[in-house]
Amino acid sequence: MKNHWFHLMPYKYLPEDFQEKYPSVWVDVPSHLYDPVKGHEIYNEYLDELEYADRLGFDGVVVNEHHANAYGLMPSPNIMLACLARRTTNAALIVLGNSIALYNPPIRVAEEMAMLDVISGGRFVAGFPVGSSMDTNFAYGQTPLTLRDKYREAHELILKAWTTPEPFAFNGKFTQIRYVNIWPRPLQKPHPPIWIPGGGSVETWDWVAQHDYMYAFLSYFGYQPARETMKGYWDAVMRAGRDANPYRAGYLQLVAIADSDAKAEAEYAEAAYYFYHRCLHVPDYYALAPGYMTVKSVKSLKSPFRFDFLKELKWKDFVDQGYIIAGSPATVRQRLYEVLKDMNVGHIMALCQFGNLGREQTMRNTELYAKEVMPYLRENLWTEWEDHWYPRPLDARQRVKAAAL
Amino acid sequence: MQNVKVAIRKGKFTTVMQWGGHGAPLLFLHGAGGPMVGAPFLDKLAKHFTVYAPAHPGFGPGEGIEHLDDILDFALYYLDFLDELQIDDPHVVGHSLGGMLAAEMATLAPYRLRRLVLVGAAGLWLEDTPIPDFFTFKPPQLLQAALHDPAGPLGQTLLKQFESPEMQIEMYKCLASAGKFLWPLPDKGLKKRIHRIQVPTLLLWGASDKLIPPVYGEAFLQAIPGARLVTLPHSGHLPMLEEPDAFVQVVTGFLLEDEARSS
Repeated sequence: MKNHWFHLMPYKYLPEDFQEKYPSVWVDVPSHLYDPVKGHEIYNEYLDELEYADRLGFDGVVVNEHHANAYGLMPSPNIMLACLARRTTNAALIVLGNSIALYNPPIRVAEEMAMLDVISGGRFVAGFPVGSSMDTNFAYGQTPLTLRDKYREAHELILKAWTTPEPFAFNGKFTQIRYVNIWPRPLQKPHPPIWIPGGGSVETWDWVAQHDYMYAFLSYFGYQPARETMKGYWDAVMRAGRDANPYRAGYLQLVAIADSDAKAEAEYAEAAYYFYHRCLHVPDYYALAPGYMTVKSVKSLKSPFRFDFLKELKWKDFVDQGYIIAGSPATVRQRLYEVLKDMNVGHIMALCQFGNLGREQTMRNTELYAKEVMPYLRENLWTEWEDHWYPRPLDARQRVKAAAL
Repeated sequence: MQNVKVAIRKGKFTTVMQWGGHGAPLLFLHGAGGPMVGAPFLDKLAKHFTVYAPAHPGFGPGEGIEHLDDILDFALYYLDFLDELQIDDPHVVGHSLGGMLAAEMATLAPYRLRRLVLVGAAGLWLEDTPIPDFFTFKPPQLLQAALHDPAGPLGQTLLKQFESPEMQIEMYKCLASAGKFLWPLPDKGLKKRIHRIQVPTLLLWGASDKLIPPVYGEAFLQAIPGARLVTLPHSGHLPMLEEPDAFVQVVTGFLLEDEARSS
């Protein structure tokens, strides 16, 4: 079992009456709500937390990309990994990822990722999300109906750029380049592992399975819908004729560990409300631009694409329904074991900081996870399987350390 | 009017068109909301013209939108449509997205069309009066912006139609296809080409249009040499449904002007 530490980097200072006063945390949330002086503090605080996770032995640190968004302050997640590449030693540097349909030309992504792979000595994992409708269609102006075609073309170009040792011409529908010739080339061969983050789109599963990639399900809404999503994914894996190696699957989980189950609520409930009520305050009209999903996928949606039900949920609901796995180390250990075992997941991406959770509490949560939960999961899950989706860095002897300041 | 199946470019595109009537040919190009199947204004027009009202690729029964990348591809598709169906010297009436399309046809082939009517047409962008982001609108909001009297019988009927899940899926599909030509802003370069429109052109706007406000009619008026602008007082963005009689009277009067003069 691999245990990774995921940061969303939320803005922690949205006003109390945010949901009443503003229609959305995303797309049209006015940037005058952002105080760059506080922003300076929290970027550095968040990077400290990610570095701490590396020191405590997490297998990877994870960042992702959002735009015009107050709960994800990483429009360029590669900048975060660049900061981390020199200040971490062992953890995989995982970006989930770069929304490759947004970059023109997409070889910019191939180049930046190759830089990160080389700087870190081959610790890099490349995530290629389609990106949410809010990020891609509304904040970055991409035409919904052609977004996925553009994504697939960008993916093809990046892979070819990484693996072709001579310059070549690329004649795409969205990108034409006479000389594709990226310097540097990635360190890992044939290229860094590829993870595809998804929110449960049907069309993504088959594509991931066919390409033999890893599917990282970014789940915020609890165990029950996650089970259905992962079942859909595993069905696609079987359809593609692949094995059931659990390392084909990743799963995001909010985690809240305290000395006892009773204490967890006192220590984490406020941050949970901040996350689910303020950070996920997104109206349905931004969640699904017409054409973002195929008509077939829209027909198969079981419920309307909306988040407003979250506002009714209380701490007990979050915990009972598995939105957050919370409690004493023993409780969290047991619950996580069950969930990961049941869904056949080999990579957990633990969200130990969420909402406006403070630095001290986050560090404590991280430490309890590393000491009380991680060893148990490592020893008891999936020891019989080999992980083909984890980086293969340079040998420790070959790796260069950053000089001390 | 009857429904006729049509295949264009050897079946690359297939669609169904409402077809019928007597007189000079009239091609009606619908807007982003989809083909107006069975709308009375088409029957009324068919008393004076041979009406061709096809569903666009990607709308309703229309197939083949994957072969259209932009509005010029779309306009060329309709010029092929005219050629393959041997529709000579047609009047073209385009509404909203269909208006943008009709205008582009006229810029590409100024001598291929007889007369042009642009109804609440898309295609331009005015910084001072931005077109609202209707892609985010729910049905009540959409009708509020589209209709002169949203609370009236037409508004009630349309709102009721929007309640059915099938209709919502159909609307999703129409807007998804429309997005290929209108997303994120409906300015795709018409302003560079609009001077090429040489056919007599009528601009028809609803006075209460809040989707593409009448100021856009003024902008078209300034850009198209010799065009005329008529505003219907009790209409919004759907004058052919809101004031069908007045709509047909104005359109027919304009299109038959030459005949009236010569007789």
